Amino acid sequence: MDASIEKIDEAGSSLWQDAWVKLRKNRLAICGLVVLLLLGLVSLLTPWIAPYGYEEQNLILGASPPSAEHWLGTDIFGRDMLTRIMYGGRVSLTVGLIATAVALMIGVLWGATSGFVGGRVDAVMMRLVDILYALPFMIFIVLLMVVFGRNIFLLFFAIGAVEWLTMARIVRGQVMTLRKQEFVEAAYSLGLSQWTIIRRHIIPNTLGPVIVYTTLTIPSVMLLEAFLSFLGLGIQPPQSSWGLLISYGVETMEEFPWLLIFPGLTLSITLFALNFLGDGLRDALDPRTSKD
Amino acid sequence: MALLEVNGLKVHFHTRDGLVKAVDDVSFSVDCGETLAIVGESGSGKSVTCYSLLDLLPKPPAKIEGGSALFDGVDLLTCDSTQMRSFRSNDIAMIFQDPMTSLNPFITIGEQLIEPLIYNPDKSRTQTRSAARLRAIELLDEVGIIDPEKRFDCYPHEFSGGMRQRVMIAMALINEPRLLICDEPTTALDVTIQAQILALIKKLQQKRNVAVIFISHDLGVVAGIADNVIVMCEGTVRETGDTEAIFYRTQNDYTKKLLAAIPEGAKVMPSRLQQDSPMIEVKNLKTYFRDYGKPLAGARPEKRYIKAVDDVSLHIQRGEILGLVGESGSGKSTLGRSILQLAPITEGSVQFSGTEISALSRHQLIPWRRKMQMIFQDPYASLNPRMTVYETLAEPLLYHGLANAKTINHQVQLLMDDVGLARANLRKYPHEFSGGQRQRIAIGRAIATKPELIIADEPVSALDVTIQAQVLDLILDLVERHNLTMLFISHDLSVVRYISDRVIVMNKGVIIEIGETEALWASPQQPYTQQLLEAIPLADPKSERARLASAS
Repeated sequence: MDASIEKIDEAGSSLWQDAWVKLRKNRLAICGLVVLLLLGLVSLLTPWIAPYGYEEQNLILGASPPSAEHWLGTDIFGRDMLTRIMYGGRVSLTVGLIATAVALMIGVLWGATSGFVGGRVDAVMMRLVDILYALPFMIFIVLLMVVFGRNIFLLFFAIGAVEWLTMARIVRGQVMTLRKQEFVEAAYSLGLSQWTIIRRHIIPNTLGPVIVYTTLTIPSVMLLEAFLSFLGLGIQPPQSSWGLLISYGVETMEEFPWLLIFPGLTLSITLFALNFLGDGLRDALDPRTSKD
Repeated sequence: MALLEVNGLKVHFHTRDGLVKAVDDVSFSVDCGETLAIVGESGSGKSVTCYSLLDLLPKPPAKIEGGSALFDGVDLLTCDSTQMRSFRSNDIAMIFQDPMTSLNPFITIGEQLIEPLIYNPDKSRTQTRSAARLRAIELLDEVGIIDPEKRFDCYPHEFSGGMRQRVMIAMALINEPRLLICDEPTTALDVTIQAQILALIKKLQQKRNVAVIFISHDLGVVAGIADNVIVMCEGTVRETGDTEAIFYRTQNDYTKKLLAAIPEGAKVMPSRLQQDSPMIEVKNLKTYFRDYGKPLAGARPEKRYIKAVDDVSLHIQRGEILGLVGESGSGKSTLGRSILQLAPITEGSVQFSGTEISALSRHQLIPWRRKMQMIFQDPYASLNPRMTVYETLAEPLLYHGLANAKTINHQVQLLMDDVGLARANLRKYPHEFSGGQRQRIAIGRAIATKPELIIADEPVSALDVTIQAQVLDLILDLVERHNLTMLFISHDLSVVRYISDRVIVMNKGVIIEIGETEALWASPQQPYTQQLLEAIPLADPKSERARLASAS
């Protein structure tokens, strides 16, 4: 029976096909996608294409404004900013991707199950969410670090494990209204299993808010990483991340503004690209918006 | 000169998809004490016409392109907003379709009633709170609210739909308007309540000598109440005249089509009922829901139940179409869902061809689900908006293993042919179809698994009358060709008579009467059935007027 359902997905992946056709016509969204892909590519190739090493200091030079040798200037230790931003992108983009993916997976599944099954299961699942909400985030992370030791992937996971709570709430609310819709009852009367109904009928209809919330989660996850690193729980200098660069940049904002401006600009461009892509995706995945 | 004279009204909507001429050159007039009915199907522009009079249209996209609407000599279309506000509060009142949503649930009905009196923009007409209260109670009494002084402080949810519509009428009349616009005021109500509300509107109109514009999609409803009728279609007036001319000397083809589409008379198709083989046996079925509402004062807090279906026994013969009628809250939908094991049964049994399906587990039920399917009321809610027609129709076939990758395309195309939709539409999404076409898709999904039993829950109630007739004929045709057995649930007795072999009348969770359709129509045994049958509006002005006169 499950094999036959896979066939429907094959024959009728048309929601995604149609979405891709529509997305391609959305110039802003495609711009966003291209920018993100470029940033990803640069991050991937950084060790080979970076002009300097990320820990290469030049204490005599110190903080210098943009010049021909150092396009984006240098920081107080004379390290090249362009290099540091490129290396920072590796951390920030990974954290954004992994932590958000973790939050998305747990949040959507948790929320959809809770909202769909309802009753006691829902009550227990949501109380668990409440408890996690109430737990101070810092204590949770410190606890994880103490138990498992400091590890960058653990950090990503920990951030995701906190960010999924709101996602679960949003999805649950959506699902509870969807569950009472007649097309879900129709799916029931066809004899479809609960899991199939959740996967084929419920989750696709929650995509709109989920995508919007995801584009909001990615930047907040990146900033969270900076905060943790700042406290000494995340990555440590001389390694860098955008968030870390920004928070150090803020300290020296008045004397050396370029230390704040360039990392800030990079993060902003990323967020713009994400939002354009997110809006485009949301429209593309909603068949009710016109095809042109 | 008449109280309201509308001349050459044109309203256009400038949408992204281009210009829509919602109202195109419409003229009419209505005088004090007269009732004008505007009849048309959805999208005919009947509501837009009236909304434009009170400046209630969203602008943009709406734009009034021309024409005039002289109310007492003042053009409503060009007057400024202060003047419009004065007209709205003192001269022209409106009753909306859905009494469930047109009252604010957070404010007592009394407070809502006196609002127009104490906040009147015309300072000379504002009243003190106590005077307004007396006036409101008097009116509540007049519209038939029992014990109005107590009910004055109740919230809308404490009233039934019919009672809420009475409150709405009282609210509309509280400033003694000269023109009353009723936008489908009885469409959301049960047939017996509808008859009462119509009689009430007629009575109040005669007493106060107000002009009434009555918007409806149903020619039967307006037959008794209207003096003049306008038939509208696609923004234009198709026919206009006094009620008797429209009904007895119909000129226009569209009006004729509307009149012909009203289901009337007995079933024409021969019964295919097979006497000796019951397909469904329902024995002492009870479906209760927990009642979480506030218990009555003084009552002990204990588990209480709403008895949606209370000890119902019935059987459906192979090949028959069994009609199930009842008003809202009668439990007819819950009974249908209980038979399909979609609602949890509290007690009793349901047998399908001798197998007790009410005792089966979820998993054991799956092969049975293929044999019994459901058609839902609202074709806008019963289709997954993110699945194409192809996916919707292919899902049941593939899930139950009735098709494989090679045959699926062909089978889905055959289904499209079956329900009368073009094969080219397969890649479209539900929102690209009209209500009638969507219902065809839903019917296609229901017959995809070649079921033996179909439970149709109000399958045509959400559709326009001409579309309703087409879908009913499609259902009859499919029953014949696919040898189906059907439980047809509806609140509309004319539809049930047109389609069923036998009829069950339900009220408050119990069966009132069961009988052969024509026998039941000829001589209903129970008073409740008689009441129901008498309340059906007929497209015949003479008999309808006589009935309204006797009711008021």
